[in-house]
Amino acid sequence: MSDASITEIVNKNLKKRYKKEASFQRYGQISILLAASFLVIFFTDIISKGYTAFNQSEIRLSIYMDQEFIDPEKTGDIEEIRYGNFDGLVFQSLYDLFPEVTSRAEKRKLRNILSSSAGIEIQNLVVNDPSLINKTLDLWLPLDDEIDMLLKGNIDVLLPEESRRVSDSQIKFIQILQSKGLIEGKFNDTLFTAGDSREAEQAGILGALVGSALMLSITFIVAFPLAVAAAIYLEEFARKNRFTDFIEVNINNLAAVPSIIYGLLGLAVFINFFGMPRSAPLVGGLVLALMTFPVIIIASRAALQSVPPSIRDAAYGVGASKIQTVFDHVLPLALPGMLTGSIIGMARALGESAPLIMIGMVAFVVDVPSSPLDSSAALPVQVYLWADSPERAFVEKTSAAILVLLAFLLSMNSLAIWLRNKYEIKW
Amino acid sequence: MKSNEIEILKDEFQTIGDIKTSKEVVMSVKNCNVFYGEDHALKNINLEVGRKEVLALIGPSGCGKSTFIRCLNRLNDTIDTCKVSGDITLEDIDIYKGHMDVVLLRARVGMVFQKPNPFPKSIYENVAYGPRIHGMTISKKELDEIVESSLERAGLLDEVKDRMHATGTSLSGGQQQRLCIARAIAVKPDIILMDEPCSALDPIATEKIEELIDELKQNYAIVMVTHSMSQAARVSQRAAYFHLGHLVEVGTTEKIFNDPEHQLTRNYISGRMG
Repeated sequence: MSDASITEIVNKNLKKRYKKEASFQRYGQISILLAASFLVIFFTDIISKGYTAFNQSEIRLSIYMDQEFIDPEKTGDIEEIRYGNFDGLVFQSLYDLFPEVTSRAEKRKLRNILSSSAGIEIQNLVVNDPSLINKTLDLWLPLDDEIDMLLKGNIDVLLPEESRRVSDSQIKFIQILQSKGLIEGKFNDTLFTAGDSREAEQAGILGALVGSALMLSITFIVAFPLAVAAAIYLEEFARKNRFTDFIEVNINNLAAVPSIIYGLLGLAVFINFFGMPRSAPLVGGLVLALMTFPVIIIASRAALQSVPPSIRDAAYGVGASKIQTVFDHVLPLALPGMLTGSIIGMARALGESAPLIMIGMVAFVVDVPSSPLDSSAALPVQVYLWADSPERAFVEKTSAAILVLLAFLLSMNSLAIWLRNKYEIKW
Repeated sequence: MKSNEIEILKDEFQTIGDIKTSKEVVMSVKNCNVFYGEDHALKNINLEVGRKEVLALIGPSGCGKSTFIRCLNRLNDTIDTCKVSGDITLEDIDIYKGHMDVVLLRARVGMVFQKPNPFPKSIYENVAYGPRIHGMTISKKELDEIVESSLERAGLLDEVKDRMHATGTSLSGGQQQRLCIARAIAVKPDIILMDEPCSALDPIATEKIEELIDELKQNYAIVMVTHSMSQAARVSQRAAYFHLGHLVEVGTTEKIFNDPEHQLTRNYISGRMG
């Protein structure tokens, strides 16, 4: 074939070949665009629903710490003061703002604009500092969640009174208070300092956050060393035979087992057989460790395999024993990959709710856990619980919990990237 | 097929030339066979390695040179399917039959690889690693001395003495290979195995390594695999020609290059040397 004809043949096909390339690139761009737009929709939805939860409507009340209410027998004893009528104090100062309200029904409606935690806040103040008795304090106190929803525009005031949870007179009270400048939206620190509650304005994410953190620490402490040891043994020491093949297949299968089955296993083994406490981060952490274990083994083996054989040869070449070769040379090179793999595995475990439901972590727990043996909630289960709650105010709380969960995930993944860059040995 | 080729396909083929060395024998290989699973990679090899000489292993790719060199320090052990039979002795001690520990063997038989493979650690650590794991030194000062003298003998000291704690991988290819040689001689071996030590290097770096090999042979036995005929001619005293797992011919470098006896050797030499 002459040169000229080759030129012709190539030229004829050239256009088609480049077209193929261009259209393939286009498909790729379209897929990325689609994926990105789903992500944008997802985040806008959650953030637009959730950002209001970081705000809580509060009312400014001027409260006279009347000893008659707090300590009518004037004992000065903290234990007596603890049982003082603090709700009465708050209600009294609220009644004082509306002297025209006299009927019992109207008074009750007025009282109900306040959160039930208002009295408790004052109780805490006075118990910590009894010298406040008989003084007047200006305080910002939380409003009820329904009123909060009203102020955030989530309740339609045009609906007939009986089909909404806020009465006409309450709307009127709020309007008057607003015109006096006594109502303001404040940063909702309760969200980050409290455990769960049936009252939306008192419900916080801290219990779930601490529960998840405790759980993941246990997962890491249990799963990482075991899985890395297993990976090193399988990859570096074990002879390749039927038995190790069988183990490998089973590890891959375990990584694909639905998480709820690990929950059932945890229920049967840790709770029923070993008698560990229910709803505890310890059991949750162990269950998640079982679940993450095969994932870390697979990631660690891949990391070990990616260490160039020339490094092993070099170490053997100067007379290093197998264990010296592995621990002095192979492991330091594989460790960043192992860490990245495990953190990604743990990030998956963090978002897991099904196995936690099986071991009772779906329970309603108010207290923030102080040890892995205490009952606790976990972030994904908290999302599930709040999404299931009927009150309107829990809608924004749910989104806020999702945001906290995502932030947790994001920081874990950033940690993975940071660790990888820090310890990665380049050559 | 030429008659000589048919001849070597038979298992009872006998190596042509003198497998004995004129120098003091350090290592001797008798009736060595290597299998990778079913694959018979080395067939009945007999060869001696002598002190203060460079033995060059030549032959086409896949002929078993590297397999052979890796038998001498049992680096083939790391391959599960590899089976080695025959007697390989280091100063009359069999290295395969449990008479010598593999760690000790590799301390006495150093190796330099085709691609420079310094540890991703500092230059100092690269050289100090061997002496340290074998417990050869008792003080930091002694270790410093070993590192320094090893680098010196590898002709690298002047280039790196100001940056002993820079990573070994930051050096150029030729420097890295000399660092690997320094690492190998730091454990004071009897033999140094070199598996195509210059194939990844430019001509100037190659020349430096060749000069170094020439110097090292004053103290060590060196077994070197090479694809460069001219290199084999320049640095070696004895040469062995491998073909399809057989050791076809062995003799002084002069004899092999100028007057090979076997047809295959002749073809290879003339083909390459042109």
